This record gives sequence, structure tokens and C-alpha cells, in this order.
Amino acid sequence: MLEGPSLLEVRDLSVRLGGSHILQGVSFEVPLTGVTALLGRNGVGKTTTLRAILGEIPATGAVTFDGEPILGRPTYRLVRSGLGYVPEDRGVFAGLTVAENLRLAERRASREHGADPDYDTVFMLFPELRERAAQRAGTLSGGQQQMVALARVLLNPNRLLLVDEPTKGLAPAVVSAVTAALSRVAQRVPILLVEQNLAVVRRLAGTAVVLSAGRVAWHGPAADLLGSADQTRALLGVGTTATTTTATTTTATTPPAAPRSA
Amino acid sequence: MSTIVLLTATGLGLAALYFLVAAGLSLVFGLAGVLNFAHGLFLSAGAYATWWAAPHWGFGPAVAFGVACAAAVGALVELVLIRPLYRRPTEQVLVTVGLSLAGVALLQAVWGADPRPYPRPQWTKQVLTVLGARLPADRLLLLGAAVVVLAGLAAFLRFTRHGLVIRAGVENRAMVSALGIDVRRSFTLVFAIGGGLAGLAGSLGGVYFGSVSPGQGASLLIFAFIVVVIGGMGSVAGTALAAVAVGLVQQFVNYYGTGGAGDVCVVALLAIVLLARPHGISGRVTA
Repeated sequence: MLEGPSLLEVRDLSVRLGGSHILQGVSFEVPLTGVTALLGRNGVGKTTTLRAILGEIPATGAVTFDGEPILGRPTYRLVRSGLGYVPEDRGVFAGLTVAENLRLAERRASREHGADPDYDTVFMLFPELRERAAQRAGTLSGGQQQMVALARVLLNPNRLLLVDEPTKGLAPAVVSAVTAALSRVAQRVPILLVEQNLAVVRRLAGTAVVLSAGRVAWHGPAADLLGSADQTRALLGVGTTATTTTATTTTATTPPAAPRSA
Repeated sequence: MSTIVLLTATGLGLAALYFLVAAGLSLVFGLAGVLNFAHGLFLSAGAYATWWAAPHWGFGPAVAFGVACAAAVGALVELVLIRPLYRRPTEQVLVTVGLSLAGVALLQAVWGADPRPYPRPQWTKQVLTVLGARLPADRLLLLGAAVVVLAGLAAFLRFTRHGLVIRAGVENRAMVSALGIDVRRSFTLVFAIGGGLAGLAGSLGGVYFGSVSPGQGASLLIFAFIVVVIGGMGSVAGTALAAVAVGLVQQFVNYYGTGGAGDVCVVALLAIVLLARPHGISGRVTA
């Protein structure tokens, strides 16, 4: 379906959780550059796919990262090998300060290889974090917490980022800021992005993968998917009139891509 | 007045003992999610190791030996028994309960079920006069040890990378792994620290009680669990506060009320705290 070499290859990924067969043989590739959007209605298994790749939940099938099989490896080893993860709920440690959240993310492996944690990049993208270094992360706004979560993966050299719904629950202006930051990040490192906000997907993604009923229903250039009103409606359950007229200014509580079936 | 001072000192001594046992229990539960019923065994290991070593090496080195033995037992239990069962909490509880029973039986088989007189250094038998009350020095020994441990533990958690990993892991250990950190190494460390602290409680508790017996650990463990729940899982400061509250309530009520009423009051205190603050006095509502 897609030409060229891929960075991450997912083959026949299956996950059973609590008796339900959430993923039933998901296969797709993530190309070497740019943003790959993982789309689909609520509850279709997008987050589960990311967590299965990371080894947080047991899965069968095969996942190769840069040619190496990684399924079943401990999460911390995968992350150390250059797979950065920004989870859906941001995973910011509320009781720790911003500085402590960042310090925790510094990887010893990268320090030993002579690569210091890249605070320059982090503070260039998110200057606010420098000012708030001593503040408890739990007292930050949602957008600021998202910055901390992104900053944590940017401190270390990563080969791929897995980012789960970075704009969820954020105010429109903050959605724009986070999207802008992500687009700059994507120039340095490829991203596999789960995102419900189609305006964000349109701005960032080069490739799209659509999950439906535990399988991949569509895989190809994002522009092809979003350019076709019928396809977008059929696969994602959203009217394209809504998504084309709403730019990044849509309210955060009802993102344009919110599936009606939810 | 002197009675109140004496009761306070004795209550604080008891609180110190509860704190030393409960601090490790709380960190182990907070970080690793393990309800460790074998924690009393760590205490017994420390007590018996000190009891055995004191006649040969003197009291100070014997306490260090007891703490080291208990820490080693703690690390070993985590590596051998708990580690294979991290995704199976029911089996974990069974294995720690089984281990605590087996440990008591083992101690009985080797040194008998009767309490053995504990070697008390001469200076702990001294009596000090504070505010008109005559206080046995061993109460202050326990209290001093607990304060030093509290300060040391707080500094360790606050200023070291291991401490940072532990604090973060108590909040969300999956996320710690997702940052590339082998959080299970911290589990072993926390078991060793918890074991060492319980061992110290055993070593010094022997001085406090005057004897050492196989069942000592298990009976202290019940109150330590209550302290952990009142204090909030995974919080060292909360544990210290709760230990003081439980120790004082128990001493005062047992003295002024009928014998045993203090223990009932402690359980009542637990119920009240759980009703008012289900996550303990320092617990976060979202935890």
C-alpha cells in the first residue's frame, strides 16, 4: 500500500483484554519521516494499539522497530532504545515539580553516550516551563501539562514518538499552540499520533491509518482520506462539512472529529 | 503531670516503633502495590540477628548487623517470591501470608517459642528526669532513631534520583516505565529499605520490650497496617503523623480506661479517618 522503507512495522497485532477481542490483527507501517495519524471512532483500540506496541499490555503478532522485533520486550528497554511515549492522560506526575518531571525523564543511557539532555530544545519550544520549573505539575493547566509531557520525550534522542490525543480537553488557543509545537517536533523525529481533532490531523499528518472493528480499515496518504467527504464520513463517522468549516478554532469540549456513535 | 509526661514518652516510643515498621510497609505498598504480610518477618530477622550478635560484638555493631540482615531478607523476598507474581495480587498476598507463618515457625523451631531475654546495654536502663517525670532511656532511644530515620528517608526521597523514581512510581509506576526507567529495581530497593527499617524496629524494639519472641513481628504488624492506612499509602510524612496519633491514643486510653480499650480506640480512629478521608490523612483524592 505504501512505498519505501518503514520505521515501525505492525503485523497482525491482536489484543484480548478482559474477554473482549479489542484488536483483531492490526497491520500497518509508520514511514521514516513525518506524522502518521492513527484514527478511528472512540473505543476502537487506538490507545490499545500504542500500549501494545510499547509492551504495556500483552499482545500477539509482530512489531518491528527499525528492523528489530520488539513485541514482548519490557517497556523501559523499548523507551531507552528511542521510543518516546506521551500517553492520553499526559502521565504528568502531579506531586512532582516541573523540574522534577523533566529530571526524571533524563535517560542515563543518553548521558553515558555523551548526549546531554536537550534542555535547549525544550525551553526553546516551551519557554514557559523554565519559568514554572519549581511549580508542582498538578497545579498546571491542561495545556501546560501537555507541554511537560512533550518536553519529557524531547529531552532525549528518540527515533519515534508515540503521542496519544495531545489536544484532548484543551482550549482552542492551546490546541493551536500544541499543534504548532508538534509540527516543529515532527521536523526532527517521526510521530505516530492518535488524534480525534481532524483539523489537527489535517495540519500535521502525512499518512493516515484508520481502525475500525479491531482492524485497519484504511491506510494511505492523509490528504486522500480527508479530501474525500464520503470516505471520512464512512470511516470516521463525521460529516466533512463540519470538519472543513471548523479550523483549529472549534471548542475543545466537542472536537470536530467526535464520532456520533460515541 | 509526671504521669502525662511518662505516658507521652511511652506513647511516642511506641509510635516510633510503629513508624519504623509502617514506613517500609507504606512505601512497598505505595510503589509496588504489594500488601506485604511478611513485613513482620523482617522485624523478627532484625531482632534475632541483633540478639544473636550482641554478646559477641557489642550492642552497636549488633544493631547494624540486624538492620543489614533484615534488609537482605527484604531484598531476597522481593527477588525470589514477589517478583514472579507482580501481575497476580491474590497469589502475592497468599505467598506473603504463608511466608510470615513459615517464618514464625522457623524461628520457633530454632530458638523456641518462649521469649528470650534481650541484651540491653547498660545506658538504656538509665532513668532520666524530664519535667518531673522519670523516663526510661530506651523510650528516647527509639524516638531518636525514628526522628533520624524520618529525616534521612525524607532527604533520600527528596534529593536523590532513586528517591525521585520512588516518589514518581508511587503516583504512577506505569508512566515511570514509559520514561525508560526500570521501576522494578526500585521495588527491590524499597523492599530492602523497608526490611532494614523493620529490622531496626526489631533491634530497638527488643530493648523496649526487654525480650524477643517469634510472634513479636506479627503483633506489631497489625498496628503498623492501621498506621499505614491512616497515614495514606506511600506517604512517609503521613505515616509518621499517623504513628504518633496511634501510639499516643493507645497509651493514654490503655492507662486511663480499661486494659485493651486503647486498641479498640485505635480501630475506631481508623474507622473515623477512613470515613472522613478515604485515602488517609495525606492521601490525594485522585490517588
